[in-house]
Amino acid sequence: MSPLLSVQELVTEFETDEGRVRALDGVSFEVTAGGTLGIVGESGCGKSVSALSVMGLLPKPNGQIQAGQILFKGEDLVAASNERLSQIRGAEIGMVFQEPMTALNPVHTIGRQLTEAVALHTDQAIPEQIATAIAILNRVGIPEPEIRMTEYPHQLSGGMRQRIVIAIALICQPELLIADEPTTALDVTIQAQILDLIRSLQRDLGMAMIMITHDLGVIAETCDTVVVMYAGQVVEYGSVFDIFDAPKHPYTQGLLRSIPRLDGPSKQPLDIIPGMVPSLHDLPPGCRFANRCAHQIPDCSGAQPAVEPVTNVHQVRCLRWQDL
Amino acid sequence: MTTPLLEVENLKMHFPVKGGLFNRAKAKNYAVDGVNLTINPGETLGLVGESGCGKSTLGRCITRLYRPTDGVINFKGTNIAQLSSRQLLPYRQNVQMIFQDPMESLNARHTVGELLEEPFIIHGIGDRQSRQKSVAGLLDTVGLPARSATRYPFEFSGGQRQRIGIARALALKPELVICDEPVSALDVSIQSQILNLLMDLQREFNLAYLFIAHDLAVVKHISDRVAIMYLGKISEQASSEAIYAAPQHPYTQSLIAAIPNPDPHIKVERVPLQGDVPSPISPPPGCSFHTRCPQATDRCAVAAPELIPTDDQHWAACHLVGPRP
Repeated sequence: MSPLLSVQELVTEFETDEGRVRALDGVSFEVTAGGTLGIVGESGCGKSVSALSVMGLLPKPNGQIQAGQILFKGEDLVAASNERLSQIRGAEIGMVFQEPMTALNPVHTIGRQLTEAVALHTDQAIPEQIATAIAILNRVGIPEPEIRMTEYPHQLSGGMRQRIVIAIALICQPELLIADEPTTALDVTIQAQILDLIRSLQRDLGMAMIMITHDLGVIAETCDTVVVMYAGQVVEYGSVFDIFDAPKHPYTQGLLRSIPRLDGPSKQPLDIIPGMVPSLHDLPPGCRFANRCAHQIPDCSGAQPAVEPVTNVHQVRCLRWQDL
Repeated sequence: MTTPLLEVENLKMHFPVKGGLFNRAKAKNYAVDGVNLTINPGETLGLVGESGCGKSTLGRCITRLYRPTDGVINFKGTNIAQLSSRQLLPYRQNVQMIFQDPMESLNARHTVGELLEEPFIIHGIGDRQSRQKSVAGLLDTVGLPARSATRYPFEFSGGQRQRIGIARALALKPELVICDEPVSALDVSIQSQILNLLMDLQREFNLAYLFIAHDLAVVKHISDRVAIMYLGKISEQASSEAIYAAPQHPYTQSLIAAIPNPDPHIKVERVPLQGDVPSPISPPPGCSFHTRCPQATDRCAVAAPELIPTDDQHWAACHLVGPRP
């Protein structure tokens, strides 16, 4: 079965004041229909740029896809026209961003923002559009949807706003939802509500999802497959069990060991990853993680390690994965 | 029994909410509403709660960035709650603060050396030469190279900036440091570096911390005792082991259940807490948690529960949890 979305060797570059930077350097991953892919990594690793590239929402003219393919149901989105991308966005691929207050338009009512998407992508008449909007508000757990339709974003709490953003993303029943840190700005009890909502919607609608987050707990709870990114590259790719039970890349191992766990001991030193991520302006010629890696050997600084298969799903970009 | 370093009794911070034609105070925000806590020398008390629960306001009252409405803040036996800023000068040497975003708390127009020297100048400590020596010592303590002194805050990464914030807080050798979300803005791999640094410094200088954060796993890791705050009040307090292993208050139980577990083998179907936190401007009568509590009874809507000892070194404010037998 061919995947719903297949990203192959994607290279995205940005023009900046200090010169051109390569934010994505040969990124590949796949999303199967109905499946959930998690993209995890630290600030600047390229996880959000991956999402923006897929959506065709890179800031113009500074952001450019230089190479690679983004195949959505067999169609290459890199080559698609802006008109075609507008048709796909919202209708077939929905998006949820981190900050619901910036994603929503503060001067339009909730109702208008919901029906806008329906009007754009379907030929429903206005009463039908309103009925569709009320139905989706009900589905995402907004009480008294008729009243909410006439309200503005500032009148709602953070959790309610994120539900509205999810409602807008889902109103045309997309086949793929891209959620970029959807719960990072929310309190933990509200985060639990939103994650539960996303999961149940996904189950009911049979929708695929890309979940972008820095929170390994969210990844473990929601994803089947995981991409670990570091400095613009995929360093490890595998099923959620591969990544959490048998991580092969020293960065993945370090990340998993460095998080404080609720069931762990108190007041013990945490394992750390020393140093910090190299600047995209000044990348080393060899492995990008080498300067922080406890297992590095001289060969690591020579040339970029290639992506090697561990199993037929699990892949890792490390020279020494077999020794570790 | 050690003498506590800090004792907070019935602390209240009510902010006026202004509005209307003459911008008069028309309501109150009960941000902190009757908090008791103690911190012993060299100990970490963690303070956890969701946005708007009053945890940062409480920290700012203790550092006296705010003058509390009512209550007592005893630091080594002196009540500093209502002192003037001149009277507070010696207290400020002893109690320092680390903020969430060091980019906002560090003046961008000063070099790191100037920023770290400033506390010594304000308190009239040492001459120029000895101050510069202290600055070099501080940079070394927090793991930054000596050449950092001539650079500006923007030249540093988030984790390094937080190290500068920590160095500044430690400059005057305080006994108590209020840490307000010090690692929330940092990446996971940097977060663990800063947590380790804070724990090392605590051992080296016998520092006491009030560690304020929303992430229970982080707080539990660094704290000896943990207090959970909800709508301006402490709802439960216990050792960091007990708060996780045997939480008594329904809010603490929901909070723990809500945290996503970094283990894909555990797929919990949890019952998430319904609704949002009520506004601190009009907190509900009775127990402030009763509007979201899955176990609430009629009594909870009427009578506010007191924080009572429910077990050894364990306090909870809930009608359903009986006193210690």
